[in-house]
Amino acid sequence: MMRFIRSSFVIARRDFAATVLSKAFIFFLLGPLFPLLLGGIFGGIGASVATRAQRPAVGVLMPPEQFKRLNAARDDIADAVGDDAVVKLVGYVPGPNIAQQQKQLLTTPVPPIRTVVSGDLGNPRIVTAAGDDELMLRQLRLILARAKSGETAPPPGLAVTQAKVPNASLTNDRANTALYGQMLLFFLTILLSGMLLSQLIEEKSNKIIEVIAAAVPIDALFVGKLFAMLAASVVGIVVWISAGALLIQLVKHGGVATLPPPAVGWTGFLLLSIIYFAMNYLLLGAAFLTIGAQAATVREVQTMSMPITFGQVLIFGFASTAVGAPDSTTALAAAIFPLSSPMAMLARAAEQPEWWPHIAAIAWQALWVALILRVGAQLFRKTVLKSGPRTRWWKRARA
Amino acid sequence: MLRQAQHERVEANIAVEAIDLVKDFGETTAVNGVSLAVPTGSIYGLLGPNGAGKTTMLRMLIGIIDPSSGTRRVLGRERPLDAAQEVGYLPEERGLYPAMHARDAIAFMGALRGLHIAEGRRRADELLKQHNLEEWAKKPIRSLSKGMAQTVQLLGTIVHRPRLIVLDEPFAGLDAINQGRLEELIRREARGGATIIFSTHVIAHAERLCEQVAIIAKGKVAFDGRVDEARSRLRPIVRLRTRASDGSWRSAIPTDARRESDEWVFELPAGGPEPLLKALIDGGAGIETLAIERPGLHDAFVAIAGSAAAEAMGQEKAQ
Repeated sequence: MMRFIRSSFVIARRDFAATVLSKAFIFFLLGPLFPLLLGGIFGGIGASVATRAQRPAVGVLMPPEQFKRLNAARDDIADAVGDDAVVKLVGYVPGPNIAQQQKQLLTTPVPPIRTVVSGDLGNPRIVTAAGDDELMLRQLRLILARAKSGETAPPPGLAVTQAKVPNASLTNDRANTALYGQMLLFFLTILLSGMLLSQLIEEKSNKIIEVIAAAVPIDALFVGKLFAMLAASVVGIVVWISAGALLIQLVKHGGVATLPPPAVGWTGFLLLSIIYFAMNYLLLGAAFLTIGAQAATVREVQTMSMPITFGQVLIFGFASTAVGAPDSTTALAAAIFPLSSPMAMLARAAEQPEWWPHIAAIAWQALWVALILRVGAQLFRKTVLKSGPRTRWWKRARA
Repeated sequence: MLRQAQHERVEANIAVEAIDLVKDFGETTAVNGVSLAVPTGSIYGLLGPNGAGKTTMLRMLIGIIDPSSGTRRVLGRERPLDAAQEVGYLPEERGLYPAMHARDAIAFMGALRGLHIAEGRRRADELLKQHNLEEWAKKPIRSLSKGMAQTVQLLGTIVHRPRLIVLDEPFAGLDAINQGRLEELIRREARGGATIIFSTHVIAHAERLCEQVAIIAKGKVAFDGRVDEARSRLRPIVRLRTRASDGSWRSAIPTDARRESDEWVFELPAGGPEPLLKALIDGGAGIETLAIERPGLHDAFVAIAGSAAAEAMGQEKAQ
């Protein structure tokens, strides 16, 4: 056993170093950060443009006292629905020639005034160059009506009793956590495990497979390659998650703490996320390594990629049936089926507090990783290396 | 107890043993009932034409593939991979990771065979220096010439100081100078106590290096024994030039003798040279030149491989 582990380690060390120390790995790390980077750049540009292109305001040509009432009415409404949702008012002292003043205001670039209200609160007159902006006109009507009625007192206080969050709502929050967790697991696995399809092409094309197969068991080769790629993926994930968490902290007040809490708690959920990612990667990776090992050329691997990606989507779809109904028959089936088990169990961790199903599931998944690797190695020896006895299984059974 | 001691003594003398190995690839039988025993410390050659089954035989012996039937024992182990740490193998189709540095490639091959990576690098530096490749130690394999890359792979094959070295067509692709170096390396390893098995279809290498050979043709061992034994399977060749073109002496010349230029060429008759000489002298042949040549391994190979193939074909026909 020690020799097996040692052999696997030698293979894994070579593959890990060859992957992580290559120039291509920098692109691998930067790949998922490109959307964030581009988002940042375009967001910055958008913000800059938005700053320059201020929202149109409404010019008010009324005596200062009336403008004050009008603006107070506007602020009352803004308190209830948000400042950005209500038109801005800019007051101007009326001059002798109102028509001329209106004309000048409608061409003012900063602030951009497209509508002017003049007259007084009892008889307001509106001139607009904003076309048929019904929403703005309705708001103006409301503001003018409130200002005219003189309702400036704050609305009466409401007696509020704090209640615990209803179960239905918490369940819904946790289902969201389950879904996001599953999606993250799915996308990380789909992005990373595909690499394993082509892992043996290098050895097969440069003939070093003969040297390796003569020195170590094929099982050790498979295990080494699988864990090397898992380790390389973990390096990537640490970088991406760090960048992602930083971004969330920057853009969202309260950061990750504002996300709904999973049933097993955040610490347990993160721990299970790591374990289930590893198991998901190992399960799908072992299957991909097995399938990819049968390919003789890069072209064959590329041809295999599409149906395999489609298969992953189906597995994700199956696993997602566990979200919101962790004890349903399909959820249990998804938890038992080895390839969907990690995703289904992660969803369960978000919704159900028991730990023992996770211990059983992890043992079950580990068993399947070993089983798939064993079958893969035997298949490789049989079909690629053309190894083994000549007697067919049905002949052996007859004997 | 006595029987076990005898068995261990036999094992100590035999490094590799194959008993009735068969390998089928679908309907094709690549190796058909091969048995052989490679003495410990010997240089053993597997001779045969292309497609004879030499590579398949070696791949089975070292455990890359399992036989369809039959057994093999390598350094006393039933499962060849159990002896992997004491075996070095150079495949026919050379292969290294192109991006790896030469010293790392050697150390990696050693690590696959259980050598600690740091020790592997230290030995790699030594070996590269011995072969005047020290300046290439930290350069990627892709920057090396084909001959240099082959040397690096060969050094990787021996870096862990194996007891058994298996080389599949090791001279293929090497120039004359590197072939000479490789021959010297093989002799040096054998002097150090290692058992060497190599396959080749170039007779000259086997003739110079091997103490024992197995001639393989059509997946079968046509001959297994010492090189001298192989050569002694053929009768010596007589080359005779006479002044007289005809006479009673002609009856001493075998009927299957052939003419090459002005010479008669034939196998020395079973009675030996004396009756032939007597008949030539008494018949007034006027011997101008007479040479009796001992056949080389090449002649033996052609004769043995050819007859085995003919025999196999005859059997197929009979079936």
